[in-house]
Amino acid sequence: MRLLKLVPDDTNIDFLRWRKVASFMSFFLVAVSIALVAVKGLNLGVDFVGGQSVRVEFTQGMPPIDEIREKVGDIGLGEATIQQFGSDKAVSIRTALPDGDKAAAERAGQQLVSGIQKAFPTAKAGSVETVSGKVSGELIRTGAISLGLAILGISIYIWIRFEWQFGVGALGRLFHEVSLTFGLFAVTQMQFDLNSVAALLTIVGYSLNDTIVVYDRIRENLKKYRKMEIVPLLNLSINETLSRTVMTTVAMVLALGMLLIFGPDVIFGFTAAMLFGVFIGGYSSVLMSTPVLVWLKVGPHSFVPRTTAGMDGGERVERKDDGAVV
Amino acid sequence: MLDFPRWKTIGISIILLLGILFSIPSFLPEKTRDSLPSFLQAKVNLGLDLAGGSHLLLEADIADLRKTQLANMEKTVRAAMRGESGADDDIAIGELSTAGGKISFLVRDLAKLDEARERLFNETRGAQLTGQRDWTVTVVNSTRIEMTPTGAGQAQAVANAMDTARDIIDKRVNALGTREPTIIREGTDRVVVQVPGLQDPAALKELIGKTARLEFRMVDANADPAEAAAGRVPVGSEIVPYAEGEGSGAAFEVLRRQVMISGEQLIDAKQSYDPQNNQPVVSIRFDSGGSSTFAKVTAQSVGKRFAMVLDGKVLSAPSINEPILGGSAQISGSFSVASANALAISLRSGALPVKMTVVEERTVTPELGADSIRKGAIAGIIATVSVLVLMIVVYGRFGVYACVALVFNVFLIIAVMAAFNATLTLPGIAGFVLTIGAAVDANVLINERIREELKRGRKVFQAVELGYSEASRAIFDANVTNVIAAALMFWFGSGPIKGFAVVLTIGIVTSVFTAVTVTRMFVAHWLRTKRPTSINI
Repeated sequence: MRLLKLVPDDTNIDFLRWRKVASFMSFFLVAVSIALVAVKGLNLGVDFVGGQSVRVEFTQGMPPIDEIREKVGDIGLGEATIQQFGSDKAVSIRTALPDGDKAAAERAGQQLVSGIQKAFPTAKAGSVETVSGKVSGELIRTGAISLGLAILGISIYIWIRFEWQFGVGALGRLFHEVSLTFGLFAVTQMQFDLNSVAALLTIVGYSLNDTIVVYDRIRENLKKYRKMEIVPLLNLSINETLSRTVMTTVAMVLALGMLLIFGPDVIFGFTAAMLFGVFIGGYSSVLMSTPVLVWLKVGPHSFVPRTTAGMDGGERVERKDDGAVV
Repeated sequence: MLDFPRWKTIGISIILLLGILFSIPSFLPEKTRDSLPSFLQAKVNLGLDLAGGSHLLLEADIADLRKTQLANMEKTVRAAMRGESGADDDIAIGELSTAGGKISFLVRDLAKLDEARERLFNETRGAQLTGQRDWTVTVVNSTRIEMTPTGAGQAQAVANAMDTARDIIDKRVNALGTREPTIIREGTDRVVVQVPGLQDPAALKELIGKTARLEFRMVDANADPAEAAAGRVPVGSEIVPYAEGEGSGAAFEVLRRQVMISGEQLIDAKQSYDPQNNQPVVSIRFDSGGSSTFAKVTAQSVGKRFAMVLDGKVLSAPSINEPILGGSAQISGSFSVASANALAISLRSGALPVKMTVVEERTVTPELGADSIRKGAIAGIIATVSVLVLMIVVYGRFGVYACVALVFNVFLIIAVMAAFNATLTLPGIAGFVLTIGAAVDANVLINERIREELKRGRKVFQAVELGYSEASRAIFDANVTNVIAAALMFWFGSGPIKGFAVVLTIGIVTSVFTAVTVTRMFVAHWLRTKRPTSINI
């Protein structure tokens, strides 16, 4: 049986030639993402702003969004945010935290459901979420802390296992990925809630996996080819890992694409965000996380113990077991 | 590296078989599972977002608790000043103020100031052995005594109240008879209630939030209704409104302040029917102290009326036609069977020591949950199959090995989750996808490396061996970093993020095991038996 090769053997593409363009692109996209979040804002779910949200399913044809908005407005809980799910039958209706005491907030969820049931007798108003302002504040804080610490902890590990330049590279890349994903949420106005944080963390995990694979190969080649210039060496490493990068990306796109098409609509936003993360992950592996190493002046000396650096720094060292323990 | 000792093969096979065995219960319907031996009962629980149900986060009203604490201390002070051995022992005190969260009063007889302080000292000794007092007692201007609650005393009071509240909520929710409710304390002042499969969260909230303070008090027969309507009542009495729908026209009753019998003296409460009109009522029974008080009071007050007061509202105010001696009574009102039952439950479980408010509520209808699971399962299977096909098309025999390992991986993750009684939530599924992705990636790394080494002209055995050893380093680093991330998420994250972290951690361990160790076993076995000189990868 002839096996499929996604990438031809012995590619020798000069990826680093585009490093300036790519870096500019990355900076540009990060800046645009931050600006988008600042200008358009995120469509924060009840998890993060408080309030109540009800998922309503229209089994017998959905009325126009404007009609829903108007009728929900009549309930008296302020203006509603209405979000359509993947399917054309269900919407999520969200209203802001009511003024007044805690008891008012407690009742609001129930009020919203019964109001909707009265306005649309054929609709099924099932899942309700009510979050108070205090709790939503805490959720934002713990979400941000866990995301921040995860990124930091990972970078420190990479710094210890590799070199500081690699740690900085990983940190930069994770920042890049997270910013772009936030940008995606700002552009599409998909609801950003705790599940989105989990999606973000998944993207961080995946992107990290990618970074390490490429960095591991760079580390290996740095030990192997002491004399090689850094740019050709990075190009070589990217080319050597290219078939793996492509294969893994294809596998992930395939899996997530299926989840997107056939999966339940509750995970639609989540899957879409992850799919996006896989695409930028592929791009970053090749064109973003390696140029950082050029600027930070990574060289063969990065992996040689200080005392022996001068001794065999110049000569070609045969590849030998580097004693890595797995 | 490729010679695999027999014990290792056996060990790995046992782990894989156990994985399959322990993952089976999670796939079986409940009935079938119940017939399995007890060690096979553990299964993966589905989170409320998947299975449907209600999640409530309740927060105690600490200010309210402080108020109660202050009121109780006021009572204690008055009792202590009254003394134990008659009127001689009394210490006269002036107006007592509770402003600003502290108790302050004047001691009229200055000679007894020290004794007053001594008595209060005994009353405010901390419950714990730390020697920390619950209240500080100080003498101001040699005439007044001031008492302030200490930090330790307050913290202890909150902790005690929360423990009691949790137990009471537990009793109330369990009395509903729902399946496997979870009620746990969270932080200093919160309780999480999770009830899977519940249809009516409003009823649950009402049941939990009920304070259910029941009191029996005498109606003040001397009060003039016209005066009372204007808000003037005799000393020692107060106006208490009727509960909604009760009182047949009357808006309030004038009741004596003194409580005849309180809810604490109940030993049982249950829903039953009034034999006369078949209306649902709540039958209650008093303990011996309550019974004798009830008998005494009703014997003295035949022809008068008493009132049943629930949470500060009068339910009914019947006349006493004859002394009630049996120690049991019926609470009637406009009850439905369900509301009578709910009241009985809250009376049985006692009053909440502190007011609780719902600060977070999530309800997923079971149908939506079931729909998500079904679609999710179908999509998951399609996604997995397409990845498996891709692996086989690209890596041939090695792809098949990777696929088998991947399937084992799924079983192992489920088995470990079941063993830990972990809960699978929507974010958990994301963690699942990520670990499957990592497992696929590990095999991609290994197989690509083998291809590469073959291309460099290495022999089959050497290429495979190098493929595994060189790829393992990157796999190891990638997974350690993910574990670091997962651990941090678990410590600092909240609910859904924790669910993600748990699955991720379990999945990483099993993925590395199946993607590296298990496939290597297959490959080693094949290489040893077939001794191929070239491989198609």
